[in-house]
Amino acid sequence: MSLLPENTALNVQEYLQKHQQKTTLRLITCGSVDDGKSTLIGRLLYESKQLFDDQLATLEADSKRVGTQGGALDFALLVDGLAAEREQGITIDVAYRYFSTDERQFIIADTPGHEQYTRNMVTGASNADLAILLIDARKGVLTQTRRHSFLCSLVGVKHIVLAVNKMDLVDYQQSVFERIVEAYQSFAAQLGFASVHAIPMAALRGDNIIDASKQTPWYKGPSLLTYLNRIKLEEQSSDAPFRFPVQWVNRPNLDFRGFAGTIVSGKISVGDPIKVLPSGKQSRVARIVTADGDLASAGKHQAVTLTLADELDISRGDVIASSESPPAVADQFEATIVWMDEHPLLPGRQYLIKIGPNTSNVTITDIKHQINVNTMEHLAAKKLELNAIAVCNINLDRAIAFDPYLQNRDMGGFILIDKLSNNTVGAGTIQFALRRSQNIHWQHIDVSKKARSELKHQQPCLLWFTGLSGAGKSTIANLVEKKLHALGKHTYLLDGDNVRHGLNKDLGFTDADRVENIRRIAEVSKLMVDAGLIVLTAFISPFRSERRMARQLFADNEFLEIFIDTPLAVAEQRDPKGLYKKARAGQLKNFTGIDSPYEAPEQAEIHIDSTKLSATEAADLIVEKILNRR
Amino acid sequence: MMSLSHIRRLEAESIHIIREVVAETRHPVMLYSIGKDSAVMLHLALKAFYPARLPFPLLHVDTRWKFREMYAFREEMVKRHDLDLRVHINPEGVAQNINPFTHGSSVHTDVMKTQGLKQALNHYGFDAAFGGARRDEEKSRAKERVFSFRNGQHRWDPKNQRPELWRLYNARLNPGESIRVFPLSNWTELDIWQYIALENIPIVPLYFAKPRPVVKRHGSLIMVDDDRMPLEPGEKPELKSVRFRTLGCYPLTGAVESNATTLNDIIQEMLLARTSERQGRVIDHDASASMEKKKQEGYF
Repeated sequence: MSLLPENTALNVQEYLQKHQQKTTLRLITCGSVDDGKSTLIGRLLYESKQLFDDQLATLEADSKRVGTQGGALDFALLVDGLAAEREQGITIDVAYRYFSTDERQFIIADTPGHEQYTRNMVTGASNADLAILLIDARKGVLTQTRRHSFLCSLVGVKHIVLAVNKMDLVDYQQSVFERIVEAYQSFAAQLGFASVHAIPMAALRGDNIIDASKQTPWYKGPSLLTYLNRIKLEEQSSDAPFRFPVQWVNRPNLDFRGFAGTIVSGKISVGDPIKVLPSGKQSRVARIVTADGDLASAGKHQAVTLTLADELDISRGDVIASSESPPAVADQFEATIVWMDEHPLLPGRQYLIKIGPNTSNVTITDIKHQINVNTMEHLAAKKLELNAIAVCNINLDRAIAFDPYLQNRDMGGFILIDKLSNNTVGAGTIQFALRRSQNIHWQHIDVSKKARSELKHQQPCLLWFTGLSGAGKSTIANLVEKKLHALGKHTYLLDGDNVRHGLNKDLGFTDADRVENIRRIAEVSKLMVDAGLIVLTAFISPFRSERRMARQLFADNEFLEIFIDTPLAVAEQRDPKGLYKKARAGQLKNFTGIDSPYEAPEQAEIHIDSTKLSATEAADLIVEKILNRR
Repeated sequence: MMSLSHIRRLEAESIHIIREVVAETRHPVMLYSIGKDSAVMLHLALKAFYPARLPFPLLHVDTRWKFREMYAFREEMVKRHDLDLRVHINPEGVAQNINPFTHGSSVHTDVMKTQGLKQALNHYGFDAAFGGARRDEEKSRAKERVFSFRNGQHRWDPKNQRPELWRLYNARLNPGESIRVFPLSNWTELDIWQYIALENIPIVPLYFAKPRPVVKRHGSLIMVDDDRMPLEPGEKPELKSVRFRTLGCYPLTGAVESNATTLNDIIQEMLLARTSERQGRVIDHDASASMEKKKQEGYF
């Protein structure tokens, strides 16, 4: 191939000029496994003459060696480039392909159909304008068809091309095609796409890909490529309000303080009034700086550096916005979340949320309902497993500027990151801020923690005992409290069993309930420390994430993690409450150390090896350490 | 306001990516291999932080087998932009005198590039490395994220890449882990050439045609760049008007016969080309899925 027919009288400059003015259509192919997505893209590249001779030669050789078409060209091999993909004949990760026609440039993301790799499909969809949804004519609408449609609508893909593929295997019957289209239309009606266009095709044979096929005389519409060339795309309206999330503060010397970022909507000119969120401070744009010289104005997608007329304290994550229509600011939202991790999402656990350049702590306070992608039915859920989609309430540890996702992808789309593994574990879209985030304010109280603790002549703190059941936490904590009490200290001991009789009697022992159990204990302890007390807690608290979450509620030096380190065999031998016996007999589910994990602390302030110290010796050591700490 | 042209949109996206890395990582570095993609990437980085200086160093993992004109060009760029350039040559490779002739392209590339890169990243403690790879170059590159996560051994696991939605890149790392970042992911070869022309970006003269001494070997035109190249019986360097579409180690990079002496000529030639850019790269043809394997082992 070549990008141009040979021997064309070529005016390069003219060609490039035209090439630059073409619109770019970003699209994905999606659908279930084995419905021919990779083959379709391969065919599209091949038919539109976008393959080089050496690539074609490689394809011919590969098709003979590992192809699934009996030695004939296997177009799927053009895109399934990973060894593991060829091994299994499936697509694992998104492949991005680029091609152009005289009308348009295309960026195609070929996304996997396999449910296990749904997260990669969402990755491709998040930047797409259009989705080609493939359906195997023999199979009709499947769960993955519905899931992918729903995910497309969730991330704002507006246009669907329903590619009813493998028509050759159903003898190009019009009735089969129409039945599938009807079934899909009735499902998709609730998803709010701007357009759904169905095309009968046979990707393997090239029917209706580039040219109209003689096999489907009853189909009067355009071929796939013709349709892709012609479809109109709505750009976001140009009067959208100005939004500029600050990415990096440029401070090369004392005289220059610029704010670098990308304009995600609207436009800005020198002299325009702006507002900085969340602080609400106002100023005017002094300069729009670029390496190619200052600009008078700039618009959407441009990566520029702004300087302001006033010296404001602005950092990464703040949003510079139009002062007439600034975004809202809140810390609690209703959001739709797609979960992408093997470990389930647990309400109450703390994650990181990244919206634009802003990263904050977040907890999912409530799963309002999970969505069944087959029926769109709302289901109750206590946690979210891999690939689950749910509407949730989320709570950030600080207020941020945002716009609802439907108005602005960049200001309302977010990812969730696990704090320990640092993996991206979820993605979501903000629907709206919860009313209570604007209505509940901190009440100012005159008597402070400092005043309360001075009256008690002590430095309040929280002693967080952790360890296996039977490790000796309660025994040692009890001894520590007795010693402190004898020394005239004001204390309170929160014991796991005792709390579950009252405050936490509604909670069980599932992972989700354990997280909530610890969250409540941490919050209660915080109030007690605020009251000036030395608080002791004795809970297994098996997960590092929750202990870390508890730690973050306290000032440095106020939270002391005490690891009562007892080997499982020893704890099991002691078995003071007979629980291990029950767990081993299968009568007790989710028991830490048996069928539920214990994540030992990595940097506990105090580490007690209970095989070497008696409970009294351990208590003495702890009391000495906490009274002498500084 | 007119919407941005295709190339200006790509430019803005790349600048956004480059800034994001600087804002989120501790100790980034830009891999500089002296070729046209490196030239574009460096140009974009200089733009991203203007008027500040480049806030990170450049790293050239040298194999000792680059074209002489490439070394000269590298020094000129360092001087022109006052760059902090670190050059690393794998000392073990030097001790064993690893070279593409006696050891073959695979061993040479593994020792001098892959192992050399890992040594340099570990030595300086870089946690993020920009690379100029594009998705249109090769099938396994088409599968790679913009932020490509690597474990403590610099391994890439294609089955376990971080989901990358919108423009939200997750650069968070545990100690020892690192990322490779590809700001040119969405650019094609044509975009690169157009941008070089549009922005007047300096490139190594080897990209332009000129009479050069070459021998035909295994179907490639190999330029005899210095007297380290052993000539096989019957081989005699011939002077031909050639240029390079891609630049690597000189014994592993085939030239193309050409009379293109201007950017305009080059673009015209590439628009009419019937073979892909990497066709001239010997290392891509070692074995099927070889780029993927190299990447899993830590090749950038």
